[in-house]
Amino acid sequence: MSTRIQTGGRHLDRSKQVHFNWAGKQLTGYGGDTLASALLANGELLVGRSFKYHRARGLIASGAEEPNALVGLGTGAKFEPNQRATTTELFDGLVAKPQNAWPSLAFDVGAINKMMSRFFPAGFYYKTFIHPRFAWKHLFEPIIRKAAGLGAAPTEKDVDRYEYFYAHVDVLIIGGGIAGLASALAAGQAGASVLLVEQTAHFGGRAVVDGVDIDDEPAEIWVEETLAALREMPNVTIRNRTMGAGVYDHGYATVYERINDHLPEMITDHAPNMDAPRHRLWRVRAGRIVTATGAIERPLSFAGNDIPGVMLAGAVRDYLVNYGASVGDRVVIATNNDDAYRSAIALVEAGLDVPVILDARTTADGELPTLAREIGIRVETGKAISSVKGNKHVTGVGICSQAGEGAELEEIKCDAVAMSGGWSPVVHLWSHCGGKLNWDADQSMFRPDPNRPPLGYDGAGFVHVAGTANGYLDAAGVMEDAIKIGKLAAKETGHKPKATKVPSTFSAPENPIEPIWQMPQGMSRKLQMKTFLDYQNDVKVSDVRLAAQEGYQSVEHTKRYTTLGMATDQGKLSNINGLAILADSLNAEIPAVGTTTFRPPYQPISMGAIAGDARGELFKPIRQSPMHHWIDTNGGFWEPVADWRRPYCFQQNGESVGDAVTREILNTRQNVGLLDASTLGKIIVKGPDAGKFLDMMYTNMMSTLKVGRCRYGLMCTENGFLSDDGVVARIDDETFLCHTTSGGSDRIHAWMEEWLQTEWWDWNVYTANVTEQYAQIAVVGPNARKVLEKIGGMDVSADALPFMAFKDGELGGIKARPYRISFSGELSYEIAVPASQGQAFWDMCMEAGAEFGIQPYGTECLHVMRAEKGFIMIGDETDGTVIPQDLGLSWAVSKKKDDFLGKRAQQRSHMVDPKRWRLVGLKSVEPNEVIPDGAYAIDGTVRDNGVKHMIGRITSSYFSPTLNHAIAMGLVENGPERMGDIIDFPTTDGRVIKAEICDPVFLDPEGTRQNV
Amino acid sequence: MLILTCPNCGIAADETELHADGQAHITRHGAGASDDDLEEYLFMRNNPKGVHFERWRHVYGCGKWFHAARCTMTLEVFGTYPAQTLEPPKDLVAKIKKKRPDWEGFVK
Amino acid sequence: MSNAVTALNGAKYSGLIDIADAGLMGMITLRGDLASAAMAKVVKSITGAKMPKPRGVEIAGKGSVAWMSPDELLIMIDYAYADSAVAKISSALAGEHHLAVNVSDARAVFDLSGDELRDVLAKGSPSNLNPDSLPIGEMRRTRLGQLAVAFWFTDDSSAKLVCFRSVGDHVFKWLSNAAKPESSPNFYSAMR
Repeated sequence: MSTRIQTGGRHLDRSKQVHFNWAGKQLTGYGGDTLASALLANGELLVGRSFKYHRARGLIASGAEEPNALVGLGTGAKFEPNQRATTTELFDGLVAKPQNAWPSLAFDVGAINKMMSRFFPAGFYYKTFIHPRFAWKHLFEPIIRKAAGLGAAPTEKDVDRYEYFYAHVDVLIIGGGIAGLASALAAGQAGASVLLVEQTAHFGGRAVVDGVDIDDEPAEIWVEETLAALREMPNVTIRNRTMGAGVYDHGYATVYERINDHLPEMITDHAPNMDAPRHRLWRVRAGRIVTATGAIERPLSFAGNDIPGVMLAGAVRDYLVNYGASVGDRVVIATNNDDAYRSAIALVEAGLDVPVILDARTTADGELPTLAREIGIRVETGKAISSVKGNKHVTGVGICSQAGEGAELEEIKCDAVAMSGGWSPVVHLWSHCGGKLNWDADQSMFRPDPNRPPLGYDGAGFVHVAGTANGYLDAAGVMEDAIKIGKLAAKETGHKPKATKVPSTFSAPENPIEPIWQMPQGMSRKLQMKTFLDYQNDVKVSDVRLAAQEGYQSVEHTKRYTTLGMATDQGKLSNINGLAILADSLNAEIPAVGTTTFRPPYQPISMGAIAGDARGELFKPIRQSPMHHWIDTNGGFWEPVADWRRPYCFQQNGESVGDAVTREILNTRQNVGLLDASTLGKIIVKGPDAGKFLDMMYTNMMSTLKVGRCRYGLMCTENGFLSDDGVVARIDDETFLCHTTSGGSDRIHAWMEEWLQTEWWDWNVYTANVTEQYAQIAVVGPNARKVLEKIGGMDVSADALPFMAFKDGELGGIKARPYRISFSGELSYEIAVPASQGQAFWDMCMEAGAEFGIQPYGTECLHVMRAEKGFIMIGDETDGTVIPQDLGLSWAVSKKKDDFLGKRAQQRSHMVDPKRWRLVGLKSVEPNEVIPDGAYAIDGTVRDNGVKHMIGRITSSYFSPTLNHAIAMGLVENGPERMGDIIDFPTTDGRVIKAEICDPVFLDPEGTRQNV
Repeated sequence: MLILTCPNCGIAADETELHADGQAHITRHGAGASDDDLEEYLFMRNNPKGVHFERWRHVYGCGKWFHAARCTMTLEVFGTYPAQTLEPPKDLVAKIKKKRPDWEGFVK
Repeated sequence: MSNAVTALNGAKYSGLIDIADAGLMGMITLRGDLASAAMAKVVKSITGAKMPKPRGVEIAGKGSVAWMSPDELLIMIDYAYADSAVAKISSALAGEHHLAVNVSDARAVFDLSGDELRDVLAKGSPSNLNPDSLPIGEMRRTRLGQLAVAFWFTDDSSAKLVCFRSVGDHVFKWLSNAAKPESSPNFYSAMR
């Protein structure tokens, strides 16, 4: 049974007891524990259930590569599923619960799947649930989803804060083992700016666990000294609990800092440091990236290698040395290399029993095996595990010959197995952006090919790999490589490396590994079915062999078919073993089969870190007009209009939205209304060629516009389709002010600049987007002039300021430019005043207008009034496929101009087809029946494909209180030629609404109301 | 996540500060153009595996357009240059030719 | 102009840095030939400052002038002076193709100060904020969070930031959030 031992535990503070809750049980650990080490110390070997068969699973690893120990962490708004116990630092009050087990971890009904495993082979889902089709959605999927899956999604809103941080450095070094430290020191001493990150809380990596000596002292001393030296350097930044998550183009890297996941105060809502973000996602631009990410130990593939108590040999050593926790009292070692002997020796030195080391190699006579024998450990070479005994925990192992088919020679009682299949360099970050790998047959590992690195903007490689990640498994080799790479990275970023002495580094020499991809060599299919490759996704040796047998040859296809490596650990333990089995099945060499693609992030990162600060009120910027606050506090019912908020209507005294709109329309038509039109785009276009330029931008002729006058204009894309509209005013001979739609200001300004900068750069025209310089307030209705006259100032009479004119002057002491333009058909002044005085002018209008019945109105009132007048709206009548000619706007398309944007495209055969749907008005036969927006008109015939033939559609539809009648605008085939016809609009609820085709101008076709 | 140096203001800008707009050096065919020319102008674009000339705008910076010569495979940036030109600068073309001897050269 | 109010309306926040509404500021967008002697002369007479180098901000007694792009300057002067300054430019450059327009009301202006300024701005801007890359007196037009802004340091620990008026409220909230106490990345500030 796993337990805490009396000695050891480099990271532990045994004076500090830490209380935590696991699966409802109160347990105690020590300061410095991880959740995993504390569970192990408490004898909690069973930490999870597997995804598919719900098999009992224990800790396999001690770090980020752990596939089994996924837990739900925290409660309520602090709950987070799928957290690795191995990377979770223990703190007082931590609450964790197991996942994927019901009703409990120890008794899980899903485990019945295990007994059915014979019927769940590779591709089972694909093969079984194909027929009948309907059953997948209604029967199979709901059951599978309930039985499978990882942790449950949180139900409460995350209360923590997250943020980004953009950093630019010469050299980013990922990994704080001795390689990363040595590289950082070399680069830092050369003067490069360095960011060194380590994913765990501790620096030093494996060297400090494995008894490496540096400069004749334990590595730990060198690590401390080097850290101290680095901290003294202003050009070096160091972060622990910070993981290199992804490497991307041009030296970009995402780095995930877990700032306070380990702090107990974070679990209470009133903690003093709630201002601190929980995670910070660094977005780093580095001249060079050095990955010093070490290696991950591979499991051995023997039957029962997933039974709780079977652990990686390196992890056994980690728990022992770092946390004083033992996986068991009697630990059998299974290995194909010398490194695992370190674990055996450490166990014996800690007073635990190692009954046997099963070394699959035929000989084991290196320094470490010799030492193991010397301290009395039984070493069996050429031997393997035939199967592990036990169910929820290991009770023993059967021994067999590695060369055979698994006939058991002997059974040995034990409560744990430490296995080592060799080490695989962590090449993920090197590979993210295209770094290629070579197969090193001597060391049985893929290692980075320095001649095929990821390339940067200058075409040079921008990632270097240092130390063990680069394939050096001996400490001396690591040190030499790391210093060389650190200097190289500094040199390549423009610094001059200093000549430094490489510290003398010593670790026990090791004899070569022997690749062992399954144990025993000739294992039967029965054993294969108990031999797990991918623990999280329950992929077994038999599954990969079956896939090969069924014709899968590509490793990428096999991955998807078997789900090997597709779990949240992305196959950190399983990929190499899996592809070796695949290669063996295909009778191919490992490098010929290749690896699957490594993708960021290296380890899952929190959703919060990805979102950063873009949540709540910062989720999306909202543009506010100068009168925003007034509108908000005076009944404004907001609707989004592009990035703006505009009031749909102003609700008074608890009235409904619909009633408010009706009131606003009637009041504006009868008295006077006030509209905030500030959101309309306003672009100054100036220069000797401004007229010529606008003649190209608009379909109309703008160069002939007289100073002081306004003209409505249309803009089209080069494809001929309508893109924007608005009123253009000529300020002086060389200067125009172009109004755009509310959503169009930035887009149209960019559109103008694009043409000026990239096509007509020899034309003398400058533009400036002055949208936000002005508050624009529309005073609309029969009493509009009276309101302005009461405010006082410039002459706003019909003679001084006729329809479609504008003037500069002052109103109420504020510099103002009223435009006599109307989008409602009423007497209307749109008055531009400096934005800073917008509210002041609005207040004046409200005050002066009180006696004339002034009321503010919103966008819906505006929409209904414009529809009553048959004015089109970009985005309603247009959808990117509509040309001006469709909308009866041919009058605004110049026939005199040689060219304008979209002119040629509008001459294409489809654009001049008389059968194009064209704009008409539509009056419901039943006066109160408003046709749904977007409804299609049909003519009663059926198309060849069985669909009702459509002859048009509604683009705008309202109830007009002015006319007391439902009105609509729509595009109808031959519409303008069919005035008076009644056509059918079927609705989604099965009714048919009948409407009469009419002129789209429903109100005051002569324009007498606006031109007064 | 590319970095491109804006030739107008000199800033090495992050891709998120830029707006990409496809192939550079397209000839506009307006009024009077043949159907073929119009089709070529509006719809036909190169999709090379290798050297490509592109239009970019430094939208969060100086607001100016520029062109970039870039390898679509390795993402190597051969150079950037102002947009006020009908074809890439000769020295840039020579530089690319030197790096990519198999490149067919700038074709409009 | 007593009834003129800024978008920020005097807002203030104090955290890792101090954030404050800089108040009404006269601003003129001036586009034209930046090599023009007449332009240099009128800019000097209005602000007292010489023509800035690319990306530079020249600060003088009466005002300052920033290089916005190869054909655009931003002139910053007293709010009340903006209209007459535009008129002055227009007459001084009468014979030259140019555009001068008062944009004083189109923007929100922030005064920022504190030792952690670069750390706070780097939470939202992908531009290189190392002092070598962004020295005092150079403007950076960049993205901050989701929005376009421009900022420039006036000394080691003070900066001005400008954004469009309509998003002044959002930028204020963004900055205040980024400047929450206890949230220092301690990156640039540790190098000081």
